[in-house]
Amino acid sequence: METSIAQKNAVLAKKLVIIALIMGGFGLALVPFYRQICEATGISQSRIVAQKASGEVDMARTVTVEFVASNSNWLNWSFEALDKIVQVHPGQQTVVNYRVVNNTGRKIIGQAVPSYAPTEAAPFFKKLQCFCFDQQTFAPGESRDMQVIFVVEPGLPADIQRISLSYTFFDVTAEAGNK
Amino acid sequence: MEATHDHAHDDHGHHPTGLVRYFFTTNHKDIGSMYLWFSLIMFFVGGFMALVIRAELFQPGIQIVNPDVFNQLTTIHALVMIFGAVMPAFVGFANWQIPLMVGASDMAFARMNNWSFWLMPPAALLLVGSFLVPGGAAGSGWTLYPPLSIQGGISVDMTILAVHIMGASSIMGSINIVTTILNMRAPGMTLMRMPMFVWTWLITAYLLIAVMPVLAGAVTMLLTDRHFGTHFFNAAGGGDPTMFMHIFWFFGHPEVYIMILPAFGIISHIIPTFARKPLFGYASMVYATSSIALLSFIVWGHHMFTVGMPAAGNLFFMYATMLIAVPTGVKVFNWIATMWKGSMTFETPMLFAVAFVSLFTIGGFSGLVLAITPVDITLHNTYYVVAHFHYVLFSGAIFSIMGGAYYWLPKWTGHMYDEKLGKVHFWLTAISFNITFFPQHFLGLAGMPRRIPDYAPQFTEFNQISSVGAFLLGLSQLIFLYVIIKCIRGGVKAEAKSWEGAEGLEWTVPSPAPYHTFETPPAFH
Ligand code: HEM
Ligand SMILES: [Cu+2]
Repeated sequence: METSIAQKNAVLAKKLVIIALIMGGFGLALVPFYRQICEATGISQSRIVAQKASGEVDMARTVTVEFVASNSNWLNWSFEALDKIVQVHPGQQTVVNYRVVNNTGRKIIGQAVPSYAPTEAAPFFKKLQCFCFDQQTFAPGESRDMQVIFVVEPGLPADIQRISLSYTFFDVTAEAGNK
Repeated sequence: MEATHDHAHDDHGHHPTGLVRYFFTTNHKDIGSMYLWFSLIMFFVGGFMALVIRAELFQPGIQIVNPDVFNQLTTIHALVMIFGAVMPAFVGFANWQIPLMVGASDMAFARMNNWSFWLMPPAALLLVGSFLVPGGAAGSGWTLYPPLSIQGGISVDMTILAVHIMGASSIMGSINIVTTILNMRAPGMTLMRMPMFVWTWLITAYLLIAVMPVLAGAVTMLLTDRHFGTHFFNAAGGGDPTMFMHIFWFFGHPEVYIMILPAFGIISHIIPTFARKPLFGYASMVYATSSIALLSFIVWGHHMFTVGMPAAGNLFFMYATMLIAVPTGVKVFNWIATMWKGSMTFETPMLFAVAFVSLFTIGGFSGLVLAITPVDITLHNTYYVVAHFHYVLFSGAIFSIMGGAYYWLPKWTGHMYDEKLGKVHFWLTAISFNITFFPQHFLGLAGMPRRIPDYAPQFTEFNQISSVGAFLLGLSQLIFLYVIIKCIRGGVKAEAKSWEGAEGLEWTVPSPAPYHTFETPPAFH
C-alpha cells in the first residue's frame, strides 16, 4: 500500500517535470515563432528592399523624412546623419548621407539596424541602397560617409506626413571574426 | 500492522528542536509556518521600500532619494512583494492546509518540500542585497525590460539569478502540491468534493508549472544577451526588445492569476463559515476558476497595447481580456449569493473577506477600463495602472492572506487571536488602504506617469493624501504582527472546530493541530 502510493507519486511527478521541460522549450521556441509571425505579417522592418524606383512621382504631395542615428551602448565611435531632415515627393528617388568616425584604436565591424516610425510607413519606405544591407568594416580612426538611396512609394497612407528613420549601429566584430 | 504503525510514530516523535529542527524539517506544518514567517518578513521589507517611495513622492522635486535609487526601489519593491511576500504566503497556506484539508499525513514529497523552502531565503538575500553592490540594485522595473536590463550592472545578474532560484522553488512546490492533491486525498473525496482552496491551488500549481519555465527562458536569454554576445532582445544586434515583452507577459499575466486564485480559494472558505451557509454554486466556482486559468494564457497583449501591434492583435487582446470578466463575475456573484440571507457575523476574517469582495471588484473594474485599447493607450504607464493592480493585489491577494491568517490562526496556534485588536487592524488597514490607493486613480487619469520620482505641481495634493495613507497603512501592519505574536504566546483556548460555521477535515483535528495528523486516512463524508 505505502510503496504503491510512493510509486504513483513518482510517476506523476515525472509527468509534471516533463510538462515543465516542454514549457521551457516552448518559451525558447517563441523566439523563432515570433520572427516567423513578424516576417509573415510584414511587421518586421529590417529588410525592406526595392529593386528600382517605381517611376511615377507625385509632385503634388510632400513628405518630411527625418534621419536619426544612434549607437549601441558599447560602441565608441561617432555616427551621425548628415542630412537630418529632407522633403521628398512620393516616388522620387533621394540620396542621404551618414557619417561614421571610428574613434577607437581597433578595427571594428559594424552592423546598422533600421527602425521606422510610424510603423505603418515601413512597407512604403523602399531602400535601393543602404549601408545597413551589409556589415561595414572600419580601420582604426577611419572616417567614412555612407549613402542611403530610398523612395517613398506613392501608396503611403494620406495621413502620414512625417516619417522617421532611425539607425542604430552595433559592434559585431566578435561575431564576424568567428565566421 | 499495528506494531509497525506505532514504531513509525515513535520515530517521528523524536524530532530535533531549535534551528536544526527547522533546517532539516520535512513536516508540512513546520514548512508552512516557515513560508508564512518568511512572507511576513518580506512583506515588511517590501513595505519599507514602498514607504521610501511614498516619502519621496510626498512633494514634487527630488528630496530623499535620487532618481536611480527611486527606480531601484520600485523594481525591488515589486519583486519582493510578488515573489517574496504574496507567493510564499500562499505556499505557506498550501503547506499547512492542503494535507489537513484532503486528509493526507504530509505533502507527497516531504524532502523536496524542505528544499523548496530553503531556496527562498538565499534568493531573497540576492534580491535585497543587490542594493549594496556598485551601481545599486536593478532599476529596470520588475518587468526587467531590455534595453535597461541589458545595460544594468551586476545587480541585474543577481536579480536574474534570484528569479531563477525562486522559479525553481515554485516549480518544485507546485509538483508537490499537484501530487498531494491528485494522489493523497482521503478515500471518498472525489475531485468535485474537494474544498475550494484545494481546487484553486491545484489550478494555480498547474499554472506555475506552465509559466515559470517560460520566465526562466526569458531571463536566461537576457543573461546570454548580457554576457555571451547573443542578440535576442538587443535591437542594435538585430534582436527585438518587443519580443521580450511578449515572452515576459506570456508568463506575466498567468502570474497575476497565480497571485489571485488561491485568494479566491481562501475567501470561498471564510464567507461560508461566517454566513453559516454552504458555498453557493460550488461547481460553477470550479469551472469559473478553470476558465480564468485557461483564458489567462491568451490575454498577455493587454500589457502592450502601446508597442504598435497590428489593430487585429489589439482587438483580439481587448476582447479576450474582457472575456475574463465573465468567470470573475460568476465568482463575485457566488460569494454574494453565499452571504445572501445567511446568518452572518463579522469576525476579523469575515471583515477581510467582505472587504476583499468589494475592493477586489473595484480592481476588476479598473482592469476592464484598462482593457479598452484606446483608453489604455492614454492610461498605460500612469498611476491609474498602479491603482488597478494595488486594488487587485493588496485588497485582493493580501486581504485574503490576512483574512486567512486570522481564520486559521486558532488551528495553527491553539489560541484564539485578540478579536478586538484584529478588528482594529482590519479597519485601519481597509481605511488607510483606500486613502493610499484611491487617489492614484485620479492621478493616473490626470496623466501622472508611474516610476518617476518627480511630478508636476498640480499633482501634489493627491500625492500627499496617498503618502499619508501609505504611512498609516504601513504602521497598521505592526498591529498584525503584534496580534500574531500575542496569539502564539497565549489566549483563549481554541476548540477543534474554532468557528461555529466551519466545515472541513482540518476542523476535525484538535487545535493546535498535532505535529502528525491523519497518519491513517480519515473517513470523508
Ligand atoms: C477583470 C480582471 C482584470 C482585467 C480586465 C485586467 C486588465 C489589466 C490591464 C489591461 C492591464 C495593463 C495596464 C497597462 O499597463 O496599461 C493590467 C495591468 C496589471 N494587472 Fe490587471 N486586470 C485584471 C485583473 C488583475 C488581477 C486579478 C491581478 C492580480 C492579482 C492583476 C494585476 C495586474 C498587474 C500587476 C498589472 C500591472 C503590470 C505592470 O505593468 O507592472 N490584474 N491589468
Ligand atoms: Cu494582465
